[in-house]
Amino acid sequence: MSLLQVKDLVVEFPHRRGTLRALDGISFDIAPGEILGVVGESGAGKSLTGAAIIGLLEPPGRIASGEVWLHGARIDNLTPEAMRRVRGRKIGAIFQDPLTSLNPLFSVGQQLVETIVTHLPMTSAQARKRAVQLLGDTGIPAPEQRIDHFPHQFSGGMRQRVVIALALAAEPQLIVADEPTTALDVSIQAQIINLLKTICKERGAAVMLITHDMGVIAETCDRVAVMYAGRVAEIGPVHEVINHPAHPYTAGLMACIPDMSEDRESLHQIDGAMPRLNAIPSGCAFNPRCDRVFDRCLHDRPELQGAGPTRAACWLHADAAALVPGVTP
Amino acid sequence: MRAIQKAMQRHAEQSRLVDEAGSQATAGTTSESPLEAGAPDELQGAGSVPAVKAVPDSAPLVRATDLAKTFDVSAPWLNRMLEHRPRQLLRAVDGVSFDIQRGQTLALVGESGCGKSTVAKLLVGLHEPTRGGFEFDGQDAHAAFKTPAGRQLRRRVQMIFQDPFASLNPRWTVEDIVAEPLHEHGIETDPEALRARVDALLISVGMSAQDRNKYPHQFSGGQRQRISIARALATEPEFLVCDEPTSALDVSVQAQVLNIMKTLQRERGLTYLFISHNLAVVRHVSDHVGVMYLGRLVELAPKHDLFDSPRHPYTRMLLDAIPKLHDTGRARTPVSGEVPNPLNPPLGCAFNPRCEHANERCRNERPILQMFGGTRVACHAVEEGRI
Repeated sequence: MSLLQVKDLVVEFPHRRGTLRALDGISFDIAPGEILGVVGESGAGKSLTGAAIIGLLEPPGRIASGEVWLHGARIDNLTPEAMRRVRGRKIGAIFQDPLTSLNPLFSVGQQLVETIVTHLPMTSAQARKRAVQLLGDTGIPAPEQRIDHFPHQFSGGMRQRVVIALALAAEPQLIVADEPTTALDVSIQAQIINLLKTICKERGAAVMLITHDMGVIAETCDRVAVMYAGRVAEIGPVHEVINHPAHPYTAGLMACIPDMSEDRESLHQIDGAMPRLNAIPSGCAFNPRCDRVFDRCLHDRPELQGAGPTRAACWLHADAAALVPGVTP
Repeated sequence: MRAIQKAMQRHAEQSRLVDEAGSQATAGTTSESPLEAGAPDELQGAGSVPAVKAVPDSAPLVRATDLAKTFDVSAPWLNRMLEHRPRQLLRAVDGVSFDIQRGQTLALVGESGCGKSTVAKLLVGLHEPTRGGFEFDGQDAHAAFKTPAGRQLRRRVQMIFQDPFASLNPRWTVEDIVAEPLHEHGIETDPEALRARVDALLISVGMSAQDRNKYPHQFSGGQRQRISIARALATEPEFLVCDEPTSALDVSVQAQVLNIMKTLQRERGLTYLFISHNLAVVRHVSDHVGVMYLGRLVELAPKHDLFDSPRHPYTRMLLDAIPKLHDTGRARTPVSGEVPNPLNPPLGCAFNPRCEHANERCRNERPILQMFGGTRVACHAVEEGRI
């Protein structure tokens, strides 16, 4: 059974001149111990998906329809108070900028102890012991001394380790990591990615890893969802999506990335830009930028359908899906 | 209203050192204000240091010789007196030398805080070097920047900044922004001709002439970066300093901007200094690559030599740290440790605390950049043949 199930999630922003639909029917699930990557360009809705799942949508944004299930319990309709208990206890969150996710006025120990005591039945002395252990687990040298230091006394990479320790404090089942390595240098990025990977495998926590970096996805995730204009364009096992992309957007995105192993005079480019929310084209949202567009793409909106080992929202695969029974959307 | 604003802007810019600084500052970025022209520095030492990869038959367009910039980050005088604290100096760039041939691209890579952006600011004259100098087309650029004739030099050296959201004045139309350097340098005064030139510039970066009446907020990040490129090209420069020009962009947009930059280089014979932390991008755009660590060059080599057979342990580490796209699930070799505090750099080779080849000599003696094959490396282990 999957740990997290997102069913047909729609997020809307009411606006003076009508309602903007930022997420339009997102569905996916994550199994325990699995790392799902969510990738896409800025504005595709990847961070919004994460925020909707952990119940941190900024008003006026709201979940208009759809369901989010965590471990067999529905969590999208909980009261803010109930959701606050789920968040932290069952879901841990890691954000991009480790400096803004820590309170500069409290030592990291105080912040860890507070989180642990809030969610677990422990005394502060036990919590402190656990905090030291967590800091050690995340690779912070001399955790007994470092626990009393303040966030500004840590470097960027060390701060992100503290944030990971905070997210893990109450042994959550799901970790939502939104661009956890984007603010870090490559050498530190490798350390943090390895840490995230091993620590989640050890504890059996599922991870939703949101990033725009295909390289990070490639070496971290089990499966990947590629998002475009508020919808999932393609989802499948990571090596299939990367090596044999089924959706033209995924293929274009992969070809844009400068390759370390070959010389090219010019890079493949996807012309144009992601549409604005108030001007999403009819039919497939990618049709103005797609080099394999045909008639049907302009009028009918494709749903995710089987395309070999992955599922892609593209009419190119409509026939393939019809031929193979059992993989229709 | 805008006329007054522009007049004030122009006045303010007389004390600044390049055009872009003005629009960048009004857009609210926090770039350090350039040092005002002070006493001349020890530029005469420039000739004594051998320049790197000098080709005798063709003089390089750009030659940096022992370039250094030290920032004074001491506490205020009273605090220092009361607390008995010494002055603190941050050696952001500490003796960097390189040449760039006309029409070529030198890329500088390194992690945050290694001094690559300071090098960029030194080359366009936003910073005054503490030591060493920069020769542009055979003349001492920093001496020239101080003279009225230096304006001519400024036309030939332009810069593209990282953040296209902060480097364009939000109150100006695209036409104002792109025409500003033309006004500033008095290149074009006739309004009709000016407009035609702005249109041509916009078209050359893949935008449309109709875009000239729009404001920056009406464009996406990639389009804004193209406007910055159009502005930088307005004075028909020969040398463009590009400080992380695509780091704030998505990959698909990054590809568009990189393609435009390469096309422009081919068509106009531009010379680039390209600063980036993304090695895949660097491999795509550059001819030569310099790797910086804590304010110094640790390796300087032609692109293929650097990527195919990196010599310095830091370069190897950087290359290993890149996530590989196609062998999925393969763990990267994680490098332990972090960049040391530049206020208190380690003795000897700055990389020695993280280096697996470090020995006693590395911990005490600072290596200098030396030629090994086609590559310049600052490493004792390479010199002694240990790696």
